[in-house]
Amino acid sequence: MDFVNQLQRKFIDYSSSLHREGIVDDQFTQLRKLEDENSPHFVMEVASLFFEDCEKLINNMAIALEQKQGVDFKQIDECIHQLKGSSSSIGAMRVKNACIAFRSFSDAQNREGCLRCLQQLSHEYSLLKNKLQTLFLLEQQIVAAGGSIPRVH
Amino acid sequence: MEVAGEVLASESQLHVLAVDDSHVDRKVIEKLLKISSCKVTTVESGARALQFLGLDEEKGSLGFNGLKVNLIMTDYSMPGMTGYELLKKIKRSSAFREIPVVIMSSENILTRIDSCLEEGAEEFLVKPVKLSDVKRVMNDCIMRGETEGNNRRRVDKRKFEDDNHASSSSSSSSSIPSSPSSPLPSSPSTAATSSPLHSLKRAKLRDDN
Repeated sequence: MDFVNQLQRKFIDYSSSLHREGIVDDQFTQLRKLEDENSPHFVMEVASLFFEDCEKLINNMAIALEQKQGVDFKQIDECIHQLKGSSSSIGAMRVKNACIAFRSFSDAQNREGCLRCLQQLSHEYSLLKNKLQTLFLLEQQIVAAGGSIPRVH
Repeated sequence: MEVAGEVLASESQLHVLAVDDSHVDRKVIEKLLKISSCKVTTVESGARALQFLGLDEEKGSLGFNGLKVNLIMTDYSMPGMTGYELLKKIKRSSAFREIPVVIMSSENILTRIDSCLEEGAEEFLVKPVKLSDVKRVMNDCIMRGETEGNNRRRVDKRKFEDDNHASSSSSSSSSIPSSPSSPLPSSPSTAATSSPLHSLKRAKLRDDN
């Protein structure tokens, strides 16, 4: 039982740090609250969809910015809009903020600025993915050890 | 307030059609609706939504439709057909105009909200959509169902998020003129989690009764 308590403690602390660092915001907590016995992995599932989305959109933007014959800023803008939407829905605050910053460079049709923003966005995405995967791993360890995932507020 | 859950437990469930091009958002809205005891169908576009309803554009008539839909919740910005265009098509269709339509948008733009409400949207929700938003929409839907046949439109959208302020939702059943007048400023929300923008998203029109 002590082992489970340790894991749960670790989970709570790690979860709190994600909020403190601004990696996730209240919307993430709201999604957590939707988890129950029927869907204990809801947040993990939403996160997977989000990671897929992110990777696809970041890739599309990278390709668009590489076009020698001219960058399609409308397409970039559309990608940013989609990413901003999904990141907001999952509570990925820093990714969302990176999108907001990106948008102003895209509006100004500033290719150099966009490239920098894309780099920043990729960085925030990697950070988020890494941290969430660590969190989900802790979850799985708790459940495997016979414990229940603590509710964090 | 668990009205939605309590009422639905004894009757058939509300069937909600949710339309959103974002996979993440479809998953979230589906969960929010299921938790609120609804049957949910999610589709990724306006065109798919119309197909599901059985409204075949070319023929302009009803096609096959398996399940009756009680409420449509649609994202505003979608490629192809926007949520606004979908709203118009539904409200202009004799078969489906009675189905309440709720618009969801990540952008809190007054002119956008205005046009949607004018075209007959029940509510305009700013994303990210929360469980409290969905529960409120469900309650509105149920109460609307009870007054079907009347010409009343519920326009007091100022519902406080904090359930402790349930008394504020009592002024919801008076009738109003069918075309909205210029928006009045919302009174400050007393709910802890509301911001002025958050109140605005719902409090477009105010019933002074």
